[in-house]
Amino acid sequence: MPLPSPQSSTSAGPAGPAGQELVPWWRDRRVLPWLVQGGVGLSVLVVVAFLLANLIRNLTAAGLLLSWNWLGQPAGFDIAETLLPFQASDPYWRGLLAGLVNTLRVVLTGLVGSTLIGTLLGMASFSGNGLLRGLTRVYVEVVRNIPLLLQLVFWYFVVFLALPNGRAALQLPGVVLAKSGLYLAGFGAAGWIGPQLVNGVWQAPLRFSVEFAALLTGLIAYSSAFIAEVVRGGIAAVAKGQWEAASSLGLSWFQTLRQVVLPQALRVIVPGLNTQYISLAKNSSLAVAVGFTDLYSVAETTLNQTGRAVEVVLLLLGTYLALDLLISLLMNGLNRLVQIRER
Amino acid sequence: MDTLLRRLRHELFASKVDGLITLVLLGLIGAGGAGFLRWALGQAQWAVVRANSTLFALGRYPIEQQWRLWLLTALLAVATGITWGMLRSHPRPDRVGVLWPRNDRIAAVLLALLALGLPLALGLSGAVQLRWWGITALLLLWRWLAGRFGPGLPPLLKRLLPLGLPLLYLLGMVLIHGGLGLSPVSSSEWGGLMLTLLEASFAILLCFPLGVLLALGRRSELPLLRWGSVLYIEFIRGAPLITLLFLGQNMLGFLLPGGMAPERVWRAAWVLTLFAAAYLAEAVRSGLAAVPRGQLEAARSLGMSLPQAFASVVLPQALRVALPSMVGQFISLLQDTTLLSLIGLMELLGTARTVMANPAFLGRNAEVYFTLAVLFWCCCAALGLGSRALERRLDPAALARSG
Repeated sequence: MPLPSPQSSTSAGPAGPAGQELVPWWRDRRVLPWLVQGGVGLSVLVVVAFLLANLIRNLTAAGLLLSWNWLGQPAGFDIAETLLPFQASDPYWRGLLAGLVNTLRVVLTGLVGSTLIGTLLGMASFSGNGLLRGLTRVYVEVVRNIPLLLQLVFWYFVVFLALPNGRAALQLPGVVLAKSGLYLAGFGAAGWIGPQLVNGVWQAPLRFSVEFAALLTGLIAYSSAFIAEVVRGGIAAVAKGQWEAASSLGLSWFQTLRQVVLPQALRVIVPGLNTQYISLAKNSSLAVAVGFTDLYSVAETTLNQTGRAVEVVLLLLGTYLALDLLISLLMNGLNRLVQIRER
Repeated sequence: MDTLLRRLRHELFASKVDGLITLVLLGLIGAGGAGFLRWALGQAQWAVVRANSTLFALGRYPIEQQWRLWLLTALLAVATGITWGMLRSHPRPDRVGVLWPRNDRIAAVLLALLALGLPLALGLSGAVQLRWWGITALLLLWRWLAGRFGPGLPPLLKRLLPLGLPLLYLLGMVLIHGGLGLSPVSSSEWGGLMLTLLEASFAILLCFPLGVLLALGRRSELPLLRWGSVLYIEFIRGAPLITLLFLGQNMLGFLLPGGMAPERVWRAAWVLTLFAAAYLAEAVRSGLAAVPRGQLEAARSLGMSLPQAFASVVLPQALRVALPSMVGQFISLLQDTTLLSLIGLMELLGTARTVMANPAFLGRNAEVYFTLAVLFWCCCAALGLGSRALERRLDPAALARSG
């Protein structure tokens, strides 16, 4: 790379009568910014105008000009698992809302689960036990280098769909995992009720479909590896003297982490968690691959039935953007809380 | 021996709790390993992978045209060999005359074993096995030739040599796609690993300049450029990739005049590129933030123009800092290509779905997914390893030592 010598650059350009350099107007520092911005702005404007003009022309030709009336028409499809009561004769907007509620359900439970497991994994990577440290490393490296979609279909088709039904199902106190779903104990009509086998079919106050369980497992397994790395980075950022001081006060390994190190690590961890939470929310849209009807899945069906591409895409993008902003807002609030307040 | 025992004891059995944890973990590892081996060697029926290996590699690429892909693989092997050899023979004061350092010898042996073992394990025909041996031999031969005679080449030729790589990429496109006298192969017949690599490499190559421009725009003092870049980056990063792919498949036809919309494979490739550019821009931005302001000011005061100062002073430093996170983005881009199966493209996962829909291989999910997972893991881990090697080489301290 030849550097221009200082001499040549000062003598470049003809000198004006008053010793001023005469710069051509297009290189004048007062004009240049406007020139660049005008050029870029104009080309972006031309491209956008071109696309919009095509859009309007094509939509008019197809008779699909922007309209939201179709949202009130009956959907005609069913949703297998919803918190909102929904049937095929309900309008589209209710179906999309039910899908959104399903998305929120996955995201919320996923956030809680992956934070818990990720934090434990992050803590384990500072264990004195070499085997535990090594295993954590292996887990993180395996999970991060395999695509999430592949992991989700693996959990669903290989693990959850191979589960036995009836008496052979996996049983823990209050929890039953069968091919027909995940059954949890809860409060029913007669107080606390655990899962029961009635005529070869499990019944319980709380039932989740196997699709939901597979999606949740896959998302938690994936996100917790990333969160573990965030937590590990946070803990590593805490000065080593803090560990030594705490243990010289007689605190155990767990007490040291819990009461001394983690509270200080939080201010590094929380911004990193924000990114991971947003990716979890976006990754939940892969539910469609395991047959769970989340927002994206309902939107896809809606588009196939109505042909309303523009409106459906706008709704989808807007909703996910709002979800991301909400998470960011909450995490920024949390971030302000955990920052060290100096005098 | 004694120190090893002591270290093991310190690492694994330092206290009672530690010992308990170790025993439980050992039990779990043992049970898991035994269960896996029992499945892999006993229950699993690997015929599904063996019978469909060509499908997984190329999709439904017409058989009579497959010689083009063999030619491309051979050319890639030659290019890899030359690049490898030239990099090694590049004079470095700390390692004069070491043409085959230990890592390279290990890599060569591994390659040879892979070339001998993998086609055999997949049960490929003798002719195909022979071709793989030939390709591996070609790679190692050119590695040797470039290492031996590369430094003696005229300087002009040495400087022009890197231009061969983009040319090879274009030639590869022609070979896959057809044209220039070759009969065209419709993109709907591309598939498998070839399509995965094609989409990923296309997006990686094109998202790089776009991402750098966006990052520069985001740090620009001109409000229009800054806000434009911010808007684009945040919009893309706020949306799940699947909704953007969905947008590309369903809305691009409306956004362009009739008949101008590209084929599905290319639509997906462009969406991937535009998606990755936003994430790459954030990686580059963090690198730009790490370069002290004085660097730009010093370059400007030497009389460099703004583009010159960025190109030869600021960006090289910023990109070096950003390298690990950029490679991280490339790795996730490679993984994100699996989402193309959700919009009906026949990349690796899409091919897997069609294979498992075949009644002859019904229920062979575990074998297929396991194979894909190993494949992806190896590709991603290799990218990560390469990035770390590059980081070490670009480390300013190491550069200073080697002069």
